[in-house]
Amino acid sequence: MRLDTFQLIDHVEELLPAEGLIRCRATVPHSAGIFAGHFPGHPLMPGVLLAEAMAQTSGQLLLALNDFTRMVLLAEIRSAKFRRMVLPGTVLSVTGRLVHDGSGYAVTEGAITVDGQAVAESELRFRTLPFPSEETRAAMRDYARSVRR
Amino acid sequence: MGSTFDAVASIINEVCNIDRAKIHLESHAIDDLGIDSLDFLDIAFAIDKRFGIKMPIELWMQEINEGRASVGDYFVLSHLCRRIDELVAAKAA
Repeated sequence: MRLDTFQLIDHVEELLPAEGLIRCRATVPHSAGIFAGHFPGHPLMPGVLLAEAMAQTSGQLLLALNDFTRMVLLAEIRSAKFRRMVLPGTVLSVTGRLVHDGSGYAVTEGAITVDGQAVAESELRFRTLPFPSEETRAAMRDYARSVRR
Repeated sequence: MGSTFDAVASIINEVCNIDRAKIHLESHAIDDLGIDSLDFLDIAFAIDKRFGIKMPIELWMQEINEGRASVGDYFVLSHLCRRIDELVAAKAA
């Protein structure tokens, strides 16, 4: 998990586009600037970043489904629950499941577990748009390849 | 058309919290009801799910942007409901 570049997924462990499923690994860093404030002397992974990890995981699924023909942007966190505190160094298993592939939008469900225990869930909605440039598309594809290796 | 409109009006009422009495067949989703693109995303999902279809919104927007259709052709509710009925019929065929 690279908080400085906002790339929260370390590795795509399982990608099943035909079934609309993805599972990624994301390890919370042992140290990061955000922990100075969240919280002093009691570092915890912010819930909003857990939601982002679920969004990025679903994003990788949607990019695989559209074969990088369209950019995927988070439009709505319809619901989210954060059930457990997440400490620095925790290895997260982040999953995404396609609920509906609409025209210009998509709906997914995200979940995070740690050692099989539920940590977070969400329902997410995305817009899909043409990439603003070939450079952006290529960079997104390169990043996806790097986390699939 | 009547039952389609009732379903669409109920969806708009629930998603946008717009008084059901203000939603008419000739209402323009944007100009009259003030529905924005994010709310329309929720409405589109609810319609797709309710009718088991995939409204081709991207194609509609392309036609509007290229001047081959007006916004009202798709976003006046009577027109929208007719498109939904056509999509449902095409799916059943």
